[in-house]
Amino acid sequence: MSLVKLTTSALAIAAISATTAAARDQVQVAGSSTVLPYASIVAELFGDNTDFPTPVVESGGSSAGLKRFCQGVGTEHTDVANASRKIRDKEIKACAENGVTDIIEVRIGYDGIVFASQKSGPAYTAFTQSDIFNALAPKVMVDGKLVDNPHTKWSDFNADLPAEDILAFIPGTKHGTREVFEEKVVAAGCEATGAFEAMMAVGMSEDDAEDACLEVMSDGRAVDIDGDYTETLASIDANANGIGVFGLAFYENNTDKLKVATMAGVSPSTETISTGEYPVSRPLFFYVKKAHIGVIPGLKEYASFFVADELAGPDGPLANYGLVSDPELSATQASIAAEETMN
Amino acid sequence: MTDTLSQTPDAPRKSASLHTQDARTKKRNAAEARFKFYGLTAIAIGLFFLVVLAVSIVRSGLPAFTQAVVNVEFTLTKEQFDDAESQLFKTKAYSGFFNAALVERLEASGIETEFDEKAVERILGKTGGTIREYFRENQGELGSPVAFSLATSSRVDGYLKGRVTRENMEDSRFLQRADLDLVDDLQAAGILKQAFNWNFITGADSGVDNPGGAGIGASVVGSFFMMLVVLFLSLPIGVAASIYLEEFAPQNRFTDLIEVNISNLAAVPSIVFGILGLAVFIQFMHLPQSAPLVGGLVLTLMTLPTIIISTRASLKAVPPSIRDAALGLGASKMQAVFHHVLPLAMPGILTGTIIGLAQALGETAPLLLIGMVGFVARGYPDGFVAGFTEPNSAMPAQIYTWAARADVGFYEKAWGGIIVLLLFLLTMNIIAIILRRRFERRW
Repeated sequence: MSLVKLTTSALAIAAISATTAAARDQVQVAGSSTVLPYASIVAELFGDNTDFPTPVVESGGSSAGLKRFCQGVGTEHTDVANASRKIRDKEIKACAENGVTDIIEVRIGYDGIVFASQKSGPAYTAFTQSDIFNALAPKVMVDGKLVDNPHTKWSDFNADLPAEDILAFIPGTKHGTREVFEEKVVAAGCEATGAFEAMMAVGMSEDDAEDACLEVMSDGRAVDIDGDYTETLASIDANANGIGVFGLAFYENNTDKLKVATMAGVSPSTETISTGEYPVSRPLFFYVKKAHIGVIPGLKEYASFFVADELAGPDGPLANYGLVSDPELSATQASIAAEETMN
Repeated sequence: MTDTLSQTPDAPRKSASLHTQDARTKKRNAAEARFKFYGLTAIAIGLFFLVVLAVSIVRSGLPAFTQAVVNVEFTLTKEQFDDAESQLFKTKAYSGFFNAALVERLEASGIETEFDEKAVERILGKTGGTIREYFRENQGELGSPVAFSLATSSRVDGYLKGRVTRENMEDSRFLQRADLDLVDDLQAAGILKQAFNWNFITGADSGVDNPGGAGIGASVVGSFFMMLVVLFLSLPIGVAASIYLEEFAPQNRFTDLIEVNISNLAAVPSIVFGILGLAVFIQFMHLPQSAPLVGGLVLTLMTLPTIIISTRASLKAVPPSIRDAALGLGASKMQAVFHHVLPLAMPGILTGTIIGLAQALGETAPLLLIGMVGFVARGYPDGFVAGFTEPNSAMPAQIYTWAARADVGFYEKAWGGIIVLLLFLLTMNIIAIILRRRFERRW
């Protein structure tokens, strides 16, 4: 066998495949690692239940997924972006600049964010948003004054909490979960403790005060986790005094290792989240490129299969895995059927 | 020699005997003994870690090769088949029929433990997919009993493997403590038992709620096709480049520059090649996403420097006398290289290639951006060419994906995947050693 022959045959194969490349026959999805488990369940069932090939679902975080989604129209770009937060105006603009104008937004349900710690670790059983704010914010209220955070132990500001060094593993900035954590926990704590008003009182504008309320200290007590929840779990395993931020579904799959804390007196469960009692929850989305419907076989079918009552409904496999099903599912189904885009 | 020279001739020489060691000889011998001891210690430490690694991999990975299964004979009627096929969620309908059949079977067998259909649902895994696939292909067997062996849910599997116990589990919608009594009964009745998990060897990835259905087979095929691309591109290109650079190229600034760049390229982090792959192969050349072809191309870029460097080293190691002899007998430069130098350098080239391929086989980072990491469960490609273009994962990517999933069942699968990956690597190395033996020549 001569080298020349081998090389030419290899190049020939490459050339053949390059010509067939235009005909991509599977749906290509990328985005949030929180949505990934649900999307993979749906993708497997979609392959099992229809004659379309199983879609490919990639992870990487909401922002990364939307960025790739917005890179353009054509089979070399992804068809669907999973996101654990709503698409931002900035991202819609970036999409439009690359010709991605018609986007269908699909809300698949809700997910709770829970605070959990090592099962045999210190008794972190009840938190409020103020506790988290007092522990992690750079400026907090002490005796009615806004000061640099003096707390080192949880018991410093709440006698009910254990006297342990503050250590929290929180989602990194590329995760959509981080945004929810900042807005629904840190910022809520900021307002509840009166720090927000105090900031306004010292002459900060409302916008600046809001931004300052979202800040988390970077001195090592709050550790950004850029990977998946398994990474958070490993960190909790190694640090008995640490608390971690998890999705409800992940916690429910690991109840033998983790114990969950209540938030503002409500323990997280699919019931308390669907009624809105549990305060830290967020909707999960995926975004569909309308221009690809009819080009990529099975794209519209995938979207409508995802939100069908049998799957995303309260008795479906998604709810069984931990998704809190959306009471307005039928509206979502109708909007996919009509291919309604965002304006 | 220098020692004797440095001694002043006038200095009185000590009388030395070969039978008694003087202090200096003792010191030198002791230093040698110490060095030998250090060497042995280093090897012992290396071996110790190797053993620890191997033992921990085998211990954590072996459970992946067994799976708790339910063996039941099951009859599906034509009406049930048509009914299920008319629904949107067909596999759930099949699971429903199967569960009902199992409940009936249990009631008939007079098991004393009380149970409801929900409990059976929790014990069984995702059975619908397998059943639907079977009956769609064998429609003639509708109406007659078929023996099925189906995977149980991951927690029941964990219970049989000792991972889940009554003490450490908590009642949840995945499994209740009371269900374990039923599991015990099923085990006593011989319906539920551990079996070798063929699906793990042959299957494709499965959804996060179905660890029992996950297999590494499809990604082994993906890795195989990637290695084909890497081998057939990087070996000829790498060898041709090194022969030119080593034997024919003039020594000037331009070739120096190329040499420095090749050496630098070997040290570039592999993720960089992934970014390049996304930009060039997918977005510019419009090659398919998630395809082993693109993965192979990206890994080829990564492997090329390794192969070029090792090939050049082995070409250099061929004694110049062989070239001179060939040229002296009237061979052209090309004949001298291809008839005499290259065959002698072949073992070294093969070693370099196998190191490069082994590195490429274990890479995940370059595949991250071209869509091979994530949920890729297309199964086996429909043909040789499709093997290059159809979406597929690769073994290290599959292992990485499994290790990140919430269900502990997948963690075990990840370790099992490592065992399969190591076996694949071992096979590759053995082939390389056999080839080396055949090419080896002495002069």
